[in-house]
Amino acid sequence: MAGRALALTVAAALGLLTLGPLVMVLARAGGAAGLGPADWAAVRFTLLQAALSAGVSVALAIPVARALARRRFVGRGALIALLGAPFLLPVIVAVLGLLAVFGRAGLVNRGIEALGLPPVPIYGLHGVVLAHVFFNMPLAVRLILQGWFAIPAERFRLAATLGFGPSEVARHLERPMLREVVPGALAVVFVICLSSFAVALTLGGGPRATTVELAIYQALRFQFDLGRAAMLAAVQVGLCAAAVLAAGAFALPSGFGAGLDRAPVPLAPRGWRRLADGLAIAAAAAFLILPLGMVAARGLPGLFNLPAEVWPALGRSFAVALPSAVLSVGGAMTLALASPRFGLVATLPLAVSSLVLGTGLFLVAHPFVNPERLALAVTMLVNATLSLPFAYRILAPEARALQADFGRLAETLDLRGLARLRWLILPRLRRPLGFSLGVSAALAMGDLGVIALFADEGGATLPLLVQRLMGAYRMEQAAGAALVLVLASFSLFWLFDRGGRHASS
Amino acid sequence: MKVPMLAVGFMLTASAVAAEPPVLTVLTYDSFASEWGPGPAVEKAFESVCGCDLRLIGAGDGAALLARMKLEGARSDADVVLGLDTNLTAAAAATGLFAPHGVTADLDLPVAWSDPLFLPFDWGWFAFVHRTDMTEVPGSLAGLAASDKKIVIQDPRSSTPGLGLLMWVKAAHGDRAPAIWEALADNIVTVTPGWSEAYGLFLEGEADMVLSYTTSPAYHLIAEGDAGKAAAPFAEGHYLQIEVAGKLAASDQPDLADRFLAFLLGDEVQAVIPTTNWMYPAKLPQAGLPEGFKTLIQPETSLLLPADQAESLRQGAIDEWQAALSR
Repeated sequence: MAGRALALTVAAALGLLTLGPLVMVLARAGGAAGLGPADWAAVRFTLLQAALSAGVSVALAIPVARALARRRFVGRGALIALLGAPFLLPVIVAVLGLLAVFGRAGLVNRGIEALGLPPVPIYGLHGVVLAHVFFNMPLAVRLILQGWFAIPAERFRLAATLGFGPSEVARHLERPMLREVVPGALAVVFVICLSSFAVALTLGGGPRATTVELAIYQALRFQFDLGRAAMLAAVQVGLCAAAVLAAGAFALPSGFGAGLDRAPVPLAPRGWRRLADGLAIAAAAAFLILPLGMVAARGLPGLFNLPAEVWPALGRSFAVALPSAVLSVGGAMTLALASPRFGLVATLPLAVSSLVLGTGLFLVAHPFVNPERLALAVTMLVNATLSLPFAYRILAPEARALQADFGRLAETLDLRGLARLRWLILPRLRRPLGFSLGVSAALAMGDLGVIALFADEGGATLPLLVQRLMGAYRMEQAAGAALVLVLASFSLFWLFDRGGRHASS
Repeated sequence: MKVPMLAVGFMLTASAVAAEPPVLTVLTYDSFASEWGPGPAVEKAFESVCGCDLRLIGAGDGAALLARMKLEGARSDADVVLGLDTNLTAAAAATGLFAPHGVTADLDLPVAWSDPLFLPFDWGWFAFVHRTDMTEVPGSLAGLAASDKKIVIQDPRSSTPGLGLLMWVKAAHGDRAPAIWEALADNIVTVTPGWSEAYGLFLEGEADMVLSYTTSPAYHLIAEGDAGKAAAPFAEGHYLQIEVAGKLAASDQPDLADRFLAFLLGDEVQAVIPTTNWMYPAKLPQAGLPEGFKTLIQPETSLLLPADQAESLRQGAIDEWQAALSR
């Protein structure tokens, strides 16, 4: 079948793009190097913080997602959209936003001081986890919320007819759904946090918070120990593979079957559960909105004083983001529709150190072309690769359900190729497609992982420009330009996401 | 009809190629090449006299430059590398990729300079910068370690200023460096991957002091009209960062590269260094330093470990630092 061949091609390309650079770096090093005790300490810390971050993010995300699924209130749509925002922030911008709330001179500590209590330091393992939860809890909420939306309305109607109370609903509907969705969400957050570097170091308070990615950076930049960098990158890939395989082993298909797409009837229990849902929503909203508000407040003064270079840089960022998003979602959909077995290869890009990726691609390109000529093309390709895992996670559960529920009917009708795409896949996957396009485009706006090695004479993208402004002491302009970046990324995300959500409800 | 048109097209392209001026490719760190660094002024000034196209390629920071040179080796398109510092020159020299610069000039550096491969173009003293309303400013590294001032520093494993501080403590305190770091541990709010994160954290009020340069207050004074920042003079002396340029032996434009290196020390480049790179010029321009620079502290003692010693001490010093701060 054509779809299967295409999926195999995409999977092969992904494997080549993610593992190829690693092999290139290793080949250039002339062999692997052993890891020292400091490296293993970095591996242990990386595992600890990633496991804690994933656990806390998902544990907090479940009640928030449930509350959002079964309650209706003013601003619900806006809050769901806003859940996409933290995860799209450039790292340093988000860190400064978090510090404005939780830092030494932040809102929380000023409040605590006003009460005459000693300040609570943010720096340490708890700070790292806090920041990772800020980035990833909203993502986990969105992933789990997709699971709630995917339960056919008919099952809730049946539950209401049978007089199910909240505990029966939890047992027969929610838990099977969570069993399918939660392992994947845990794995994604865990893998994202595996390659954390700037957040972990800055909020970790010192070299105790050394992650594998920092060790890779050091090996590549200061020691030029390519063998050690490749080995460390291989450890990251191994941990990622273990997490994805474990998630696959724990996840069970929920098997709700197809529904008739009736409008959902949320079963909204009264009493203390209503209060608990309200609290979950309010706490999540405050946790999101306060740092985001500080990012906006920091950026506003700079908005009126922006350097002219911001606009062409914004244009270049759009030029990178849009094709990158289409490529990423196209690839993810091909894999998601073909077979659940592609889950591992579709998650792999998350685990590959972007430094090793950049170095490997540089080694591939350099003998043939001047790397500067490839700056934007490489950025686009790499961003597409790096955002594919997110697109895949968003699409996979519903793509699988689609094949299970409608695959046989489509086969009977001999609905194939473009016709199948047009009449079955696009209409039924509109919501996750919109969400995944939005996430991919916005991620591609923000990322600058590999561009440094391929940098060219002028053409900076907006994230690089923000970094240059900061490097030139212009923190206020940098904050303004970062706000432009955030607004642009978020608008892209919102447009696609809203497009998907509106079409399907 | 199509074929002759195509031929004309080719001929036009060919003649255009022949008439193109030679290209000099200079690999530098990103903030030098950026719109707000010295890059644009340097490019304009050199192109007006060289009859060439000067291409400034910004690639990360100083350490990224060296890593990139090692990746590219002799196949590199670059003719000149600009922006390595004295903690990196020994490793850079060991690559064998660099050729002697051949420039003889009286430099205005606080130390004597005789490296045949690397030519300084600017320099600065590392210093802890604070707000002028801070009281009880520590007067030495040891005093800082004993004080309760909160500081942000950069990681020596990922940043050149971070590595500079490591060398500073080593040069000032030698074998007592681990003890100084242990005493500093409770002052350190956090360690950032690079300079800009640390400086940003300091400006947001997360720390009393930040590791930067004695020249940092000049930025706030000159560009923002804000006299509210100062660098603390330390009794042990201040460690130097000397930024250098080098010519690549495999350059296909060796003469142009030589001209560029000599041009770097000329008035046109040196006069823009203070207010674009916020460092001291390696050779004082005729007009002297900008007004705001006269308000800066002038350390009496300059510390600098010889390049080979800095290279051989580095790993041990990083291990000591890591052990002291992980306790």
